[in-house]
Amino acid sequence: MRLLLSGKAKCNSHGQDSSYFLGLQAYEKNPYDQTRNPQGIIQMGLAENQLSLDLVESWLSENQDVAGFKSDGESIFRELALFQDYHGLPAFKKALVQFMAEIRGNKVSFDPKKIVLTAGATSANETLVFCLAKAGDTILIPTPYYPGFDRDLKWRTGAEIVPIHCTSSNDFKITARALQQAYQEAQNCNLKVKGVLVTNPSNPLGTTMTRAELDLLMDFIVEKQIHLVCDEIYSGTVFGSPNYTSIVEVLSKYEKAEVWDRVHVVYSLSKDLGLPGFRVGAIYTNNGSIIAAATKMSSFGLVSSQTQYFLSMLLSDKKFTRNYISENKKRLEKRHASLISGLQNAGISCLKSNAGLFSWVDMRHLLSSSTFEAEMELWEKIVYDVKLNISPGSSCHCSEPGWFRVCFANMAEETLEIAIRRIKAFVDV
Amino acid sequence: MGYVSSNTKPLLSRKATNEGHAENCPYFDGWKAYDKDPFHPSQNPDGVIQMGLAEHQLCFDLVQEWLVSNPEASICTKKGVDKFRDIALFQDYHGLPAFRNAVAKFMGRVRGDKVKFDPDRIVMSGGATGAHEMITFCLADPGDAFLVPTPYYAGFDRDLCWRTEARLLPVVCHSSNNFKVTRKALEEAYAKAVEANISVKGLLLTNPSNPLGTILDRDTLREAMSFINEKNIHLICDEIYAATVFRQPDFISIAEIIEEDQEYNRNLVHIIYSLSKDMGFPGFRVGIVYSYNDAVVECGRRMSSFGLVSSQTQYLIASMLSDDQFIGKFLLESAERLETRHKNFTDGLHQVGIKCLNGNAGLFLWMDLRELLMESTVEAETALWRGIINEFKLNVSPGSSFHCSEPGWFRVCIANMNEETMKVALARIREFVRRNGDKLNRKEKCRQSDLRLRLSFRRMDDVLRSPCIMSPHSPIPQSPLVRTRT
Repeated sequence: MRLLLSGKAKCNSHGQDSSYFLGLQAYEKNPYDQTRNPQGIIQMGLAENQLSLDLVESWLSENQDVAGFKSDGESIFRELALFQDYHGLPAFKKALVQFMAEIRGNKVSFDPKKIVLTAGATSANETLVFCLAKAGDTILIPTPYYPGFDRDLKWRTGAEIVPIHCTSSNDFKITARALQQAYQEAQNCNLKVKGVLVTNPSNPLGTTMTRAELDLLMDFIVEKQIHLVCDEIYSGTVFGSPNYTSIVEVLSKYEKAEVWDRVHVVYSLSKDLGLPGFRVGAIYTNNGSIIAAATKMSSFGLVSSQTQYFLSMLLSDKKFTRNYISENKKRLEKRHASLISGLQNAGISCLKSNAGLFSWVDMRHLLSSSTFEAEMELWEKIVYDVKLNISPGSSCHCSEPGWFRVCFANMAEETLEIAIRRIKAFVDV
Repeated sequence: MGYVSSNTKPLLSRKATNEGHAENCPYFDGWKAYDKDPFHPSQNPDGVIQMGLAEHQLCFDLVQEWLVSNPEASICTKKGVDKFRDIALFQDYHGLPAFRNAVAKFMGRVRGDKVKFDPDRIVMSGGATGAHEMITFCLADPGDAFLVPTPYYAGFDRDLCWRTEARLLPVVCHSSNNFKVTRKALEEAYAKAVEANISVKGLLLTNPSNPLGTILDRDTLREAMSFINEKNIHLICDEIYAATVFRQPDFISIAEIIEEDQEYNRNLVHIIYSLSKDMGFPGFRVGIVYSYNDAVVECGRRMSSFGLVSSQTQYLIASMLSDDQFIGKFLLESAERLETRHKNFTDGLHQVGIKCLNGNAGLFLWMDLRELLMESTVEAETALWRGIINEFKLNVSPGSSFHCSEPGWFRVCIANMNEETMKVALARIREFVRRNGDKLNRKEKCRQSDLRLRLSFRRMDDVLRSPCIMSPHSPIPQSPLVRTRT
């Protein structure tokens, strides 16, 4: 029967046989619950932001008109139910771009006409690749990177990913040498490079890119005449210094240049606002052809009008957004500090980070040998014996074994404390 | 697009710059005309009336009433906000169990509970648009083809072919037998593909049909099943209009046919569903792929990551569709209102001698204007259509945009407006027919028209035959058809 399905249905490019997903499955079979299953596996492999939803809930209790599909007391249910325009709800796009600007300290502004709404960042990334590359073309991505990219960028598009190798020797920063080497590697395999895709703040590193790195990237894409996609879905999770620099700031000095419409930003409300279920993603670009094509492609995954409406009201409330952005940062910082001090106590260090919903944890010293087999061995022990679902660096294509991504914002504080105790107990043995 | 030149390499993909989105065809031209000059009863009474959008706007009052009585269905209300957090975080591509259960139950209900649907076979997608693309990605490789009976929904060219690079091959159907899908036509289309070395992966049926507004009878469905089993190809049944059947004969889903014979290979059958037409919720993007093939369910589920239904919407829909009493009332009312609307339009058209295909479903009519064509060509049809849009300000959809093999048919949407607008639309159609009055044999065909109408036709005929009587400043615009005749 599988012979009757497409190549895409039969292949593994969905990436779901990887340990990232296996860990999630293990968790689902034996999930931790404070009262019902205190010995279960604690989920530390899902980068969710559960720390600030109470702020949204409070807003809702004070804005009940929105709840009842009402605008100025009048029901707008009908209009919303019928609204399927792929240009998106104007009020929502306006509120969204203002929110994006606010996250960047209003150092830049965004034009609502340049934003395309998609069903989550998952769809935004895939759509961009459909626009930029044909089957067989290549995107360069710095390692380590989010495991989902293998599915999102390659599966149905047929595109390829060639890694830009980053190492702990310089805290995994992107270097000119690494960029050139990746480009060369693609050429050697006869693969046409269409662009570079970076995540800033980084998943899984939790670091923000320096201005120097961003300038380096710009120089590189100018030289090679290729695109740059910046996934900035964690831009609202920057909780410490250095300050965040978005590619949009850097791009402002290239306004008259050819490269102006070869830089594209991906955004989402899944991480900053903690609303992954609502499937709100976006592509932001100066490139008119991409705006046109991506808008039409968004037909395959529009954002529910019900959700657009709710969010347009929420994000238009400047008092709310100001308070949310600052409170969210404080809570993330505190939670991050708890995790790293707990790990330090267990003799485990982390990459110094200032953003994200996770830490990049150094467990190289716990490996039996500096190999990926040893990393898998350690990972299995941690998942099945220590009962913590964390993500091994190999699932993020890290070139050095021994690093793990550990999420800290998707659980109650007590649960984090228990997780830290379990790690300490494991290490002390 | 400016990127392909002799000096620079193409910087965007072909998909981004080709016409695969299919938006440069008449179907969308009509939309554009409407967008520029939309009808409004008070603010723009001379604007274009939208009759090109198959929307179900007749039952919102029922839904609104339900929403007011069920505040807990929205996670944003005081009654529902305790669920907000869990729902906002829920991104599992299996979908909310309550959602899947409710949709499965609803699908069964719509089919008169003659079949049951398994919630575990329900896969979410971004509307039916997303569902069609997704099932194609699961079943076909670039270059593979699906057979599709004509006329068919214009959007299929984009949904099934654009990014997937699959192709659609027509199974030509004719008005001589009411556009029935015959075994002969299926075999011919298949043979043609084989001869051209094209790999056929499946057959796509829309039942009830868009644009015809008819349902497939049991024999046709059985022939289709036998055909695909024999050729070992897939059968995709788009049943998104299932609940718009307003009159006998009863709707027969492929889900029923599958149960009739154990020899049928169930792994070949997939149903596309959505709430956009049956419930009138296109904005909520609730698309469903229901497959009897486990591998397709598994693959489809992973692909659904690219177009999951918003959990906020899943929650609302789960609550609504589980309300048996409400759904029973809704389905009954909806059918009644669609039937009334259908009758009002067909009667109004009949009064001026316009026939429609005899349909019992859908949100539109398949109108026969063949006799008004100067000649039986697509060009003549397009000219007539532009006249209808530009002069009579009615955005109807020409049959050619649905790949109809015979010129002169038009799809006219009737459920996306209130009664007032309907009356204006009918009046304009009457006016249109009066202008083209000498093309129709009034005395035979309009026996039921009232005397006043007949007299005014004759008067208008006289006027049209003597163009010198038409002052250049006449408020009545001259139809291009009149101009070309003299």
